[in-house]
Amino acid sequence: MLSIIIIILGVSFILYTLLGGADFGAGIVETFAGPRGTKAISKAIAPVWEANHVWLILAIVILFSAFPLVYSTISTALHIPLMIVLLGIVIRGSSFTFRHYDVTHDNTHKYYTLAFKISSFITPFFLGITLGAMIFGEITLGSPVSFFEGFIKPWLNLFCITMGLFSTALFGYIAAVFMIGETSYPLEQKRYRRYSKMFLLAIIVTGLLVFIAAEVQGHHLVSAFFKSWLSITAMGLVALITLLIFYFFNHPVIRLLRIAVAIQVSLIMLGWFAIQFPVLVFEKNGNHLTFYNTQAPYATLYQLVIALFIGLILIIPSFYFLFRVFKKPKEQKEVI
Amino acid sequence: MIGPNDLARMIWPDIDMLYPAKFVKRKFIPDFAGFEGTLCQISAMDDLIAARMQMAVSLGFHIVFACIGMTMPILMAFSEWKWLRTGRQEFMDVAKAWSKGVAIFFAVGAVSGTVLSFELGLLFPGFMEHAGPIIGMPFSWEGTAFFVEAIALGVFLYGWNRLNKWVHWISGVVVGISGVLSGIFVVSANAWMNSPTGFTWKDGKASNIDPVKAMFNDAWLSQALHMTLAAFVATSFAVAGVHAFLLIKNRNNRFHRTAVRLALSFGAVAALLQPISGDFSAKDIAKRQPAKLAALEALYKTSKPASLVIGGLPNDKEERVEYAIHIPGFLSFLAHGDFEAEVTGLDKFPKDERPPVMITHIAFQVMVASGFLLALAGLLFLVFSAWWKPLLYRKGWLMFVALLTPLGFIAVEAGWTVTEVGRQPWIIYGVMKTKDAVSPMPGLQYSFYTISTVYLLLTGLLIWLMRRQIATVPMIYPSAAPESDLNLKTDSSVKTGTVVPGNK
Repeated sequence: MLSIIIIILGVSFILYTLLGGADFGAGIVETFAGPRGTKAISKAIAPVWEANHVWLILAIVILFSAFPLVYSTISTALHIPLMIVLLGIVIRGSSFTFRHYDVTHDNTHKYYTLAFKISSFITPFFLGITLGAMIFGEITLGSPVSFFEGFIKPWLNLFCITMGLFSTALFGYIAAVFMIGETSYPLEQKRYRRYSKMFLLAIIVTGLLVFIAAEVQGHHLVSAFFKSWLSITAMGLVALITLLIFYFFNHPVIRLLRIAVAIQVSLIMLGWFAIQFPVLVFEKNGNHLTFYNTQAPYATLYQLVIALFIGLILIIPSFYFLFRVFKKPKEQKEVI
Repeated sequence: MIGPNDLARMIWPDIDMLYPAKFVKRKFIPDFAGFEGTLCQISAMDDLIAARMQMAVSLGFHIVFACIGMTMPILMAFSEWKWLRTGRQEFMDVAKAWSKGVAIFFAVGAVSGTVLSFELGLLFPGFMEHAGPIIGMPFSWEGTAFFVEAIALGVFLYGWNRLNKWVHWISGVVVGISGVLSGIFVVSANAWMNSPTGFTWKDGKASNIDPVKAMFNDAWLSQALHMTLAAFVATSFAVAGVHAFLLIKNRNNRFHRTAVRLALSFGAVAALLQPISGDFSAKDIAKRQPAKLAALEALYKTSKPASLVIGGLPNDKEERVEYAIHIPGFLSFLAHGDFEAEVTGLDKFPKDERPPVMITHIAFQVMVASGFLLALAGLLFLVFSAWWKPLLYRKGWLMFVALLTPLGFIAVEAGWTVTEVGRQPWIIYGVMKTKDAVSPMPGLQYSFYTISTVYLLLTGLLIWLMRRQIATVPMIYPSAAPESDLNLKTDSSVKTGTVVPGNK
């Protein structure tokens, strides 16, 4: 039962990174693409972003039903970065929707665009910080010594900041790749290819920074990495796929490119997951929270699996339907 | 508490090495060292209030969008069905115009709902730690239903010209059904807080968890029914009110006439059913949560028979209600179906287990008054449309409907105030107190200020945006254009070709 839930949690997290990442990344890419990209980007993500977003809600629901202590610990110690993530989600979602549906085009669109872009950077950055803090091991359960020790120090450090940069680069990358296939003009495609390469480079650089920062701050990520065969394999595959992706960049095989990137990102996350498995939150005093010591009673897990299973049976085909409806050429000119 | 110097050190850890300590103290804002003790004491109480206020603001904001998300898809699908059956332009125009509004509200609802799923933990981690496994199930069902709703809404909004008409219509029906279901699931989680079952509580820990029993708790049915009806009443009357307001200016507009009629037919039926569901709820809380009933009725002393208190200002010190109307025996009847029955008053509960009487009582009066006014409007609408159709487009009636626009939502907010404040000091009734569940983080009020500011700003923006949307309606939809106004003999003031609002 537990393993099924862990898998579904992992899958929904990966799907959120891929699909939600493309949405948040869209704002990042738009910053580089400027007003020229606005229209294509809006059109590409408008029909799907809300549905993509639900993967996060699903992951949260799984977390608090199945691993309640993890949820309450994170939300207590990481209150501040999570609150910023939430504000980012609210501001991004509403400014995007307002801009997309506002029929009158005037100066206000500038403000929506600005809010959209800023929140598109902030949210992935603080999501990365939150994830970083979960593994950094400064979180203390119980009453903290001071406000700083308890609620700031766990997340405000070099390592978490590099994690934030890394996830921002990752989201931007996913969106840039996604956008290549969303425009039919060769010149535009070329531009998004350039952005994709740029973000890929940024991922590699920030990824290295994460490891360096971890070593500097005394968190032995590298040795942990070499202990897990799964993460070594995953990273090896990531390297191979990255080479393949560079090949795809120069050839018109958009679908293959998308699949390759999806696999690449999933492998990065799988490798990460393998390093810290089964721990979800590292604590300062060594009482790490794992999948095992925080799991909810069997009855809860059982009901959760049933709900998720029926849910996925309903969701996956309808998701496929949604994407298919929008990816096929229009039969008529759209009126509204 | 964090001092400003800690902040400085955080940004620049070596700052103490570079400057002597005294200098740092003077250079930056003075340290709070002397205050620290007092500040912490004050902030402990403040944090609980701040957390509750933030939850109230977030819920109060989200519930509006949740109601719209539950009701509008059904209204849209109904209008589209009428179009499919009759082929009349105005039905399609109304469905399309509504769907654009829904797209905006739905997006804000989706993000504010995400905020809530996090806030439960951010503000009340102690609650979620224990309640998560027990009420996780309705939340996971809600997640599923909401997922389906989001996908189907995507299909509905963007599929007007890409899909077969009936497939498109079915997608609208799916949005409606899944919207209502997701609302019911969330309410079931809230009902569990009022009527906790499906577990054994021992030594501050839950065991023997039965999520199915917890989900279908005693309060589930009455709360879900009341909330679903309330969503229909509030949204339908708000929509009808806006269209009625626009109709006052041009009473022969086909588009707005259709919209008002459609929305009011749903609203009227729901508003007339609501008092019945309210009675069901009252009898239910009389049994399960006598403290809440006593607070909302401001019944300080256990009485037999108990009189119904209408209006008035509760006076906690002297334990009586001032300026109120008393109807003898009626509360006994409403609570237990017997004019002579005994109704438990607040005196049966220790002082620290009584809910705040003032807020609960007033909120309840507001809810009931709004509900009855809406039910009256619903009744008038049904009577008029059966026997005096022309009355439906009289200026007076339209003004009345326009004035009712916010009333349903006021009732919804007041109703949630009753159920949430009326449960205090408990977060899980009889099991866990709110103060034991609140986050230990100091300074929660800043979170509250931030979220309130953002939500206030969003509310303002939404109203402004809706006005801009409405201004373009005559240009986009053929049936709303002045040319297609009905040429009725009775009204010779049909303004064809006059200025279209918003057409700059």
